[in-house]
Amino acid sequence: MLAKSYLTPLALCLSAPFAGAQGFMGLAGDAEGFAVPTPNPTFSFPQDHGAHPDHRIEWWYLTANLEAADGTPYGLQWTLFRTAFAPEEAEEWASPQVWFAHAAVTTPETHFATERFARGGIGQAGVIADPFEAWIDEWSLAGPSFDSLRVAAQGSDFGFEMALEAEGPLIFHGEQGYSEKSLEGQASYYYSQPFFRISGTLQLPEGPEHVTGHAWLDREWSSQLLSDRQGGWDWFALTFESGQKLMGFQLRQAGDDPFTAATWIEPDGSTEVYPTGAFEVAPLELSELAGRKVPTSWRVELPDRGVDVRVDAINPGSWMDLAIPYWEGPIRIGGSHSGTGYLEMTGYE
Amino acid sequence: MTRLGLLALLSHWRRNWLQALTVIAGLALATALWSGVQAINAEAKASYAAASATLGDGQFDMLMPRDGDGIAISDYIALRRAGWQVSPVLEAPWQGMTLVGVDPLTSPSVALLMGDGTSQGLADVLNQAILFANRDTARALASVDEVIIRDSIAPGLVLADIAAVQYRLGRKDLSRLVVLPDQPLSRPSLEDIAPNLQLQASTQRADVGTLTDSFHLNLTAFGLLSFAVGLFIVHAAIGLAFEQRRAMVRTLRALGMPLRALVVLMMGEMLLLAVVSGALGVALGYLIAASLLPDVAATLRGLYGADVSNQLQMRAEWWASGLGMAVLGTAVASGLYLWQTAQMPLLNAAQSQAWGQSARRLRLRQGAVGIGLLIVALALAVWGTGLVAAFAVLAGLLLGGALVLPAATDAVLRWLSDRAKTASGQWFWADTRGQLPGLSLALMALLLALSANIGVATMVSSFRLTFVAFLDQRLAPELYLRVDTIEKSAALLTWTEARGIETLPLWARETVLAGQPSELFGIRVAPTYRQNWTLLSGDGSAWDAVAAGQGTIVNEQLARRAGLSLGEQLSVGPATSVPIVGIVGDYGNPLGQAVIAEILYADIHPDDVALQFGLRSNDVVELRKSLREDLGLSESAMINQDALKAFSLSVFERTFVVTAALNVLTLTVACFALLMSLLTLSDQRLPQLAPAWALGFTRKRLAALELVRAVALALVVSVLAVPVGLGLAWVLLSVVNAEAFGWRLPMFFFPGIYLRLVLLALVAAAIAAAWPAWRLRRLPPIQLLRVFANAR
Repeated sequence: MLAKSYLTPLALCLSAPFAGAQGFMGLAGDAEGFAVPTPNPTFSFPQDHGAHPDHRIEWWYLTANLEAADGTPYGLQWTLFRTAFAPEEAEEWASPQVWFAHAAVTTPETHFATERFARGGIGQAGVIADPFEAWIDEWSLAGPSFDSLRVAAQGSDFGFEMALEAEGPLIFHGEQGYSEKSLEGQASYYYSQPFFRISGTLQLPEGPEHVTGHAWLDREWSSQLLSDRQGGWDWFALTFESGQKLMGFQLRQAGDDPFTAATWIEPDGSTEVYPTGAFEVAPLELSELAGRKVPTSWRVELPDRGVDVRVDAINPGSWMDLAIPYWEGPIRIGGSHSGTGYLEMTGYE
Repeated sequence: MTRLGLLALLSHWRRNWLQALTVIAGLALATALWSGVQAINAEAKASYAAASATLGDGQFDMLMPRDGDGIAISDYIALRRAGWQVSPVLEAPWQGMTLVGVDPLTSPSVALLMGDGTSQGLADVLNQAILFANRDTARALASVDEVIIRDSIAPGLVLADIAAVQYRLGRKDLSRLVVLPDQPLSRPSLEDIAPNLQLQASTQRADVGTLTDSFHLNLTAFGLLSFAVGLFIVHAAIGLAFEQRRAMVRTLRALGMPLRALVVLMMGEMLLLAVVSGALGVALGYLIAASLLPDVAATLRGLYGADVSNQLQMRAEWWASGLGMAVLGTAVASGLYLWQTAQMPLLNAAQSQAWGQSARRLRLRQGAVGIGLLIVALALAVWGTGLVAAFAVLAGLLLGGALVLPAATDAVLRWLSDRAKTASGQWFWADTRGQLPGLSLALMALLLALSANIGVATMVSSFRLTFVAFLDQRLAPELYLRVDTIEKSAALLTWTEARGIETLPLWARETVLAGQPSELFGIRVAPTYRQNWTLLSGDGSAWDAVAAGQGTIVNEQLARRAGLSLGEQLSVGPATSVPIVGIVGDYGNPLGQAVIAEILYADIHPDDVALQFGLRSNDVVELRKSLREDLGLSESAMINQDALKAFSLSVFERTFVVTAALNVLTLTVACFALLMSLLTLSDQRLPQLAPAWALGFTRKRLAALELVRAVALALVVSVLAVPVGLGLAWVLLSVVNAEAFGWRLPMFFFPGIYLRLVLLALVAAAIAAAWPAWRLRRLPPIQLLRVFANAR
């Protein structure tokens, strides 16, 4: 806990572009000097799996729904963030690139979470596109290709080491990967690999636990993600038993309806993208966490696809009590469709 | 009733303003000395705490290079990538300060830098043009850089992002790695990742606070001593006031004032006195501390390399401590009297009890307790160990001496009285004995002050003798010089060789040896070393071993701190270890030191060049001239041995300015106590003096006798103070000093100094008696006559 106490002020700074009055993690800051996402992008792989230092913010975001042999559900998160003070790279310690990472394991009773920070330029953290390797300290997400990866992380009381194999293509959100975040023009580049099979071992205080399941890797980068009026988001990644998947989010806006977006994903990787308003969510139950009320049960609707489900947190206490605090955890789906998924909620003060 | 009672009580002080002044001044002085010392300690502790918070000393484990030099970034990255949660630090002396670079993203010091934690904070921290320091340091900084003020940064430290520090120092490496408290589930062992680093546990690394603890204990003991002396004054004055108010107490009670109410009123009165004088004392203490702090800071820097702020800040802890001591002291001084008042039968109350009627019994009892204390002190001195026992010995010695004093003085006076030839002589001694009870507390105070003076003077002077002898040995070369380039270094060596001048080149670098911050010296073994360096342990063959590159001589500090002894291997470079062949005294150096031969040094650090030289010469003036003319060396690059010695001594003298100042203050307080006691007594003594006057003693003679008496009493006190003071010096030198400074020193005797101190005490006593004597001389005869007229 000591570690957290001294890192708190640091967090306030790093979070400046993602949070608070300027939107979660300061993502609503100006783009001064940084590259800005433009519509109709053409990606070039494997290079674009790597870092884009000319953009202010970027992440490699892995979440997984897991199950032990006895049926106990687990959740896992591994995220590497990059944020830049200037749109450039410099030698060693003079680098303006800052890396930080979050790792978490959620059990039905407990939520473990920890974080790491690193300066760019010295090799403590970074991403190489080919063969793919993303790392910070001893944590890593790496493999011969983006479709075949191993992921590992550990804290002082938990850890994991898993293998990932993709069973489908990359999915591009918004207009071919150009994902609008507001009507004022904020946007990001956003694609996912939601078809990972995952298996491996969780290290928990009670001992090692072998688990299997499915994982979802998000790639997103931008320089100006949120508009001034947007204070946070609720992001849903749902995997239905039919093999179909739904990614949907709402950005909560001051004095206005939320901005929403959704991508419907068929098992073969074909997609349909929905504009704001098509995807609707409404909180059903609130949990009090770290002195704030956070909705941990939702009604989620996509009427165009006949989706009307209730999602419940497997562990409502999945609060990421880190330098930048937010809620992130596995969910169970029931109603018109059933399945499992992941929920992320930011900007709850 | 309460109001009237209080008015009646307070009216006593109005009529006896001198007594009131005594109580207030005594208590204020005592509190001032105590809180002054506390203030100094609090300031120093705050500085250490800031240093600890800034650098993590004593708080976190550290990874240090095994062999001195810096840590490569690749080692840092290798450790991080293996799971070791460590944070890099690069520190080096810079512009007279210490420049410390940290990585804000991993450092526990980040909160110090960030200030209010806004997003501008991190941008500032990562901005290589910006440095961080506290207000004083920033002011003293000659740098043109932008400095952001963070008051929680330790004095003398300039913090910045590691990139900023690397750039300013022109270095790429790291000094050490802080091991963070939260480590992951599993990580490989240090040997597997970075075998060239060693782990230093936080407890292993004596942080500056622990190092200086005993020094502060020393100061505290002094403060307590001063307080005790002051308390004697207060005790005497309050005792007198209670005695004189017995009649008033009877009257008030006869008028119907309940005893309980009266006692409560008196307690309130005492509390008021305590708070007023306490506040006065704390304010005075602030002034004392503020004027002494720069010298204390110099001492701590000189002896321990600990940086302490020169600026005194008001801190709640010593305000509270000062006021608390004042109230506590008053309670102690007045408790007995309050209890007596509470126990006093109503009708008995008015019986005027002569001041100290039962003095004889009290004196004997005190004497017995005193002897007991002296015996305990002796026993502890013989069998006790450690600093606490040493302070107990000090306390026993001083208190025992003080308690024995009245009985001893009485015995001396009786002996003198028995031997007096004339009637006037007999009267004089008898009268002096009669005054003893009223004066004994003041005399005790004088004894304490004088013995403390003698003890500390012995300690400081012994230290000085040893130190001067050490300087004479160590600073043998007549001329020291420093060059700044490789070319000049080589030219100088060729030049001196051609002229057959014995030259002692010195290769030097700051490093870490056996986990201790140290200096590594490469030397050319010459006769000068063999003749002048006195080894504490090791024999004549030591220098041969060093010269052959097969041994090292280390200083006492390094040996003590790292627990090294003769024959043990010391790693002086990567894969280079040599046995310790000698240990040498090195007074006044906070760093460890190891001396090796130039050949060995050149193996370890082939790129280093000797930039400092010592030259032997019988004609320094001529040598300086030739060096200037032949080699173009500047005057500022050379320093004569005598100038260097003078400088070293001046540093030493500053070290003990504080002690000397505290001594003078205690003596002043004691002198004041004597003055107040004599003044108080002079009013009461008219009935004793009037008959002598009537029998033919002139007032002039009586006044002169008053002076003689004071001086005679002071002389008796002085005779007793010398052995007590020497005992004190012995404890200070053999036990306390070894703990406080890390060096054991021989004790020398200084009769001249003792004589001067005794004379000073006699003069002080004469000055204290001067005013009462002068008043006696000017006393209108009518007042003496009135003694006979009044039915007393």
